[in-house]
Amino acid sequence: MKKILILFSHPALEKSRINKKLVNRINKVEGITFHDLYENYPKFDINIEREKELLLAHDIVIFQHPFFWYSCPPLLKQWIDLVLEHGWAYGSKGTALTGKWGLNVITTGGGEQAYAKEGMNGHTIWEFLAPFRQTFSLCKMIPLPPFVVHGTHKLEGEEIDKYAESYVYIVESLRDEKFDLATLQNARYLNDLSVKKVEG
Amino acid sequence: MHEGGFFYQAFVYLLTAVIAVPVAKRLGLGSVLGYLIGGVLIGPALLGLIGKEGQDVMHFAEFGVVMMLFVIGLELEPSLLWRLRTSITGMGGMQIVFTTILVGAAAMLFGLEWKAALAIGLTFSLSSTAIVMQTLQEKGLIKSGAGQSSFAVLLFQDIAVIPILAIFPLLATVLVEKAHPSFMETLPAWLQTLFVIGAVVLIVLTGKYILRHVFRLIAKTAMREIFTAMVLLLVIGIALLMNFVGLSPALGAFVAGVVLANSEYRHELESDIDPFKGLLLGLFFISVGASINFGLVIDQPVTLLLLTISLMAIKAVIVFTIGKIFKLGSGESSIFAVALAQVGEFAFVLFSFSTSLGILDNNTTGMLTAVVAISMAFTPFVFALNEKIIVPFLANKAPKKEKSADTIDEKSRVIVAGFGRFGNTAGRFLRANGVLPTVIDNDSDRVETLRKLGIKVYYGDPTRYDLLHAAGAEEAKIIIIALDIPEKVIELVHTIKKHFPHVKILARAYDRSDAYELIEAGVDKIYRETLDTSLRMGSDTLRMLGYRAYQTERMSHIFFKHDEESIEKLAHHRKDKKEYLTVARQNIEELEEMIKADFTDVDMNRDAGWDTDSLREEFANKGKIYP
Repeated sequence: MKKILILFSHPALEKSRINKKLVNRINKVEGITFHDLYENYPKFDINIEREKELLLAHDIVIFQHPFFWYSCPPLLKQWIDLVLEHGWAYGSKGTALTGKWGLNVITTGGGEQAYAKEGMNGHTIWEFLAPFRQTFSLCKMIPLPPFVVHGTHKLEGEEIDKYAESYVYIVESLRDEKFDLATLQNARYLNDLSVKKVEG
Repeated sequence: MHEGGFFYQAFVYLLTAVIAVPVAKRLGLGSVLGYLIGGVLIGPALLGLIGKEGQDVMHFAEFGVVMMLFVIGLELEPSLLWRLRTSITGMGGMQIVFTTILVGAAAMLFGLEWKAALAIGLTFSLSSTAIVMQTLQEKGLIKSGAGQSSFAVLLFQDIAVIPILAIFPLLATVLVEKAHPSFMETLPAWLQTLFVIGAVVLIVLTGKYILRHVFRLIAKTAMREIFTAMVLLLVIGIALLMNFVGLSPALGAFVAGVVLANSEYRHELESDIDPFKGLLLGLFFISVGASINFGLVIDQPVTLLLLTISLMAIKAVIVFTIGKIFKLGSGESSIFAVALAQVGEFAFVLFSFSTSLGILDNNTTGMLTAVVAISMAFTPFVFALNEKIIVPFLANKAPKKEKSADTIDEKSRVIVAGFGRFGNTAGRFLRANGVLPTVIDNDSDRVETLRKLGIKVYYGDPTRYDLLHAAGAEEAKIIIIALDIPEKVIELVHTIKKHFPHVKILARAYDRSDAYELIEAGVDKIYRETLDTSLRMGSDTLRMLGYRAYQTERMSHIFFKHDEESIEKLAHHRKDKKEYLTVARQNIEELEEMIKADFTDVDMNRDAGWDTDSLREEFANKGKIYP
């Protein structure tokens, strides 16, 4: 049993189609902590002590967010800036997060083919996620491949439901330790490990 | 054993109400049946505590019906009427037309001539607003599809009473010679009809152009009892005028109510007249119970029972069908049908009216009056039967369809009490975000101005239970208390906590000690009126001293949160000290505690993530770079 912390950040969930569904499903999964950053800190007044305690109490940290401008919404960036303190999360004395796993769960308008060397965006998702990956690494955490929802603007009801189910399946599998670390690290996306994978 | 003294009678009736209604409610029968049974018990047939004078009491108590129609009129805002137009005219019109035709045809089968049959059909098509609304309210069904449809049909019936009353004189077979014929009765029928219109026009014009100013003047005196007196005076005055021209006082009161429905004093009028209305209606129901002709019931129990049951069945089937036509689910339709199956209290008035016009004879009306009373008495039982057996059966059989579109006066989810310099900002902000709060304010000039600007605002003292009730506190989710006077705020909090414990309270606090009291009273959120502003002043000062804008912004927010937390703590602390400290001493001590508990600038600048001190240190030691 691994304890999972989902740090969710979306500045306008009321306008969201995909994340709203993902959230509605994932926050009912047992044994995970769903932490809605914009709901807790609308004034960017992050309670650093509380966040540190949350991190310490969990084994896997998930950043769930829309992939705005190839990155995360500003509150999550502020969270990274302020919570991952030198001497606590990184640096020679910063060992609080050692060995924990970290990954991103992102939603993006571009399709899979857009995220390739020859594609519109010129890079893969994995390449774009380098700053997050390295953030995890610097904190002595183990970065995992992301869970990605592609082509969000074209998705409709049932397709979104499938993604949500797949997300729930992956999170439950992580919780119940169904996959070994090597399997996880070798996947391109964690979606690929889901039996309920969405085709296309 | 009775001597018709006033106090004796008052004692008997009040005692009946006080005993019968709680007992009936305990048994789950509803207050209306309680009154009726109470009336039967004390009537001449059983205990005989009241005798023939019961009839006089009934005439007096009919005034309750007058008041009820006044109140119903008050609730008929034109905008509400407009929104419900399809339900009202469609459902209501069909209900009256079909019931009149079917019941009339049945009456003709019994050998009555068409005029009498028409009078009976029209009378029996009406349902009891008092019973239905009260029962639906008690059962929490007002907002359901059935509740809204019932309301729409009742509304149409109340309006239909006007033409019905006008038609009856035209059906008259004989011109009844009275010892003292009223002024109206000496006139030919067409002139009478003209007088009907004239009187109504008079009331409309007075209500529209004169009454509002009168109410405003009286409201300015801030004497509540004078306002109440004015309301009673108005209703009684209308009743007298109507009597003079030979019309139904209820009709006049209804029209006056509609005219005043758009006035800002609507809720105040409603809540002032409510207790009178309630008691008089109770009295009315008691006298109805007492006047049931038991001679008839004992002579022809089977006939009466069959008549009542078949009448209710006809009415229910018609209403059920209408419900289905208007796309109500089966369960909702059956509630709708059962709700409107009885005959209304207006039948008593119409029957006595038709007797005096010679449309119906005494025997027939005696019989029919008994049918009406029995149908009323049956209503709670039929309701219970429907609720326990028919609705569950229908609900299991077919998936319940959601009712769409038309909704009645959707009570606002937020009530703003006090729309002064504090409440108006909150209220305007809500409006800007599409939440239209119900506003209560007791400054009549302000109310007037706001109304001119198109804001929905009501005049009255928000601390009054009945006004809160009228403003829809039962259905509200949140009450914003933004009154100027701290004592009034506390008073209102206590009233809400006592009567509407489910409502969340956001209260304005004058200062810290005021805030403590509100915390003790159990307010959900407290807003000290000067906190945000004075903090802004402080952070602007920092900016002028050269601090960065985002830094002062963050610092002031940290300080704000700290202060909010400390006031919660101090509230409990203070409770212990209360006994032996004067208020002034207390405030000074608190200031001391407060300052001691404040952060120092070391605590404030704790966002170490943006701090490079420790990084530079490590770099100097080991020569390794981190971001």
